[in-house]
Amino acid sequence: MTNLQNLAKGIIKENPVFVLLLGMCPTLGVTTSAINGMGMGLATLFVLALSNVVISLIKNLIPDKVRIPCFIVVIASFVTIVDLSMNAYLQALHAQLGLFIPLIVVNCIILGRAEAFASKSGVFSSLLDGIGMGIGFTVALVILGGVREILGSGSFFGIKPAFMENADTLLLFVMPPGAFLVLGYLVGLVNKLKKA
Amino acid sequence: MKNKGLQSTFFNMVIVLFSVALVSSASLGFVYNLTKDKIAQAKAAKQLKAIEEVILPGYDNSPADDAYDLAMAEGGELECFPAKLGDEVKSIAVKTFTKNAFSGEMWLMVGFLPDGTINKISIVDQKETPGLGTKVTENKFKSQFAGKNPGVFRLKVKKDGGDVDAITAATVSSRAVCDAVERAYKAFLNR
Repeated sequence: MTNLQNLAKGIIKENPVFVLLLGMCPTLGVTTSAINGMGMGLATLFVLALSNVVISLIKNLIPDKVRIPCFIVVIASFVTIVDLSMNAYLQALHAQLGLFIPLIVVNCIILGRAEAFASKSGVFSSLLDGIGMGIGFTVALVILGGVREILGSGSFFGIKPAFMENADTLLLFVMPPGAFLVLGYLVGLVNKLKKA
Repeated sequence: MKNKGLQSTFFNMVIVLFSVALVSSASLGFVYNLTKDKIAQAKAAKQLKAIEEVILPGYDNSPADDAYDLAMAEGGELECFPAKLGDEVKSIAVKTFTKNAFSGEMWLMVGFLPDGTINKISIVDQKETPGLGTKVTENKFKSQFAGKNPGVFRLKVKKDGGDVDAITAATVSSRAVCDAVERAYKAFLNR
């Protein structure tokens, strides 16, 4: 596989959310607004890229039977680093995403890529794979969060047009059932577009 | 999967897991030290901003340095921050909380004038449902407390026979704010 393919496959062809259906917990949980989706996506991208690189670097040193614990420790370290840095420099976003940042540790996308790709591939292609998957995840979360925010709160990235100030919005879409509805339609749409 | 790694002998596994954990914890300790002060600073700045938001402008002391505790009838204390001009107390910010929020605790800063009138309120920390309960942080909701004296203004949502307009689909969060303000007012009266 070429480098470009490694990078691009995560965005559409193997999009972690719309095609692989991985990491549903943060996907459904945090996407109440576009900015939350973006924050979660970028945090995941960062962890994914770095953990892929490190795991690819140490893959030949790890005995087969303890590879999963090793991967988890590496991933958990990066997640905690992101958690601490966000708490220090991006307080507002950290308060919003709260619980979901530590949960990146158990996001199956990251362990999935570590196991299925980084532990068998070179450092550079693992980095590209991590970045590509991270972008795909971010794009999916922003779309999902954007749709829910527009329908549910009448704003986009927190910007509310004047005519929406007192309008009735579909509150259902910022609540958990709305996440399932929007995700279902988006998955259907992406599959349709992929076939066409 | 073809095993290209070290053999899975007991010795190898112990050594590898140990080293991975050691390197990880060392780097975490490093990052923790790096961000520790910054996190404490950000927290203090957030509290200071909330205090400044609810007290009257025109004071010459540092409310955060002059903080003292107010006893609550139910036990425990609330922190309060007086804003003084000379020796005269112009307004007082009380940091209050409620356990009746929709999820977790909600922390508020309530600014009182010396006669007990609420100057302004500010939500410091909340974990309400985004898009619903979080509307308590919007001015549209908060502003209805401004300039009201809880002696005559009943701190309950209209559904419960009070004077506060609850947010549609977020009655619990609205009630929680009333509860927290009420708690601050009671502590304020006891001062």
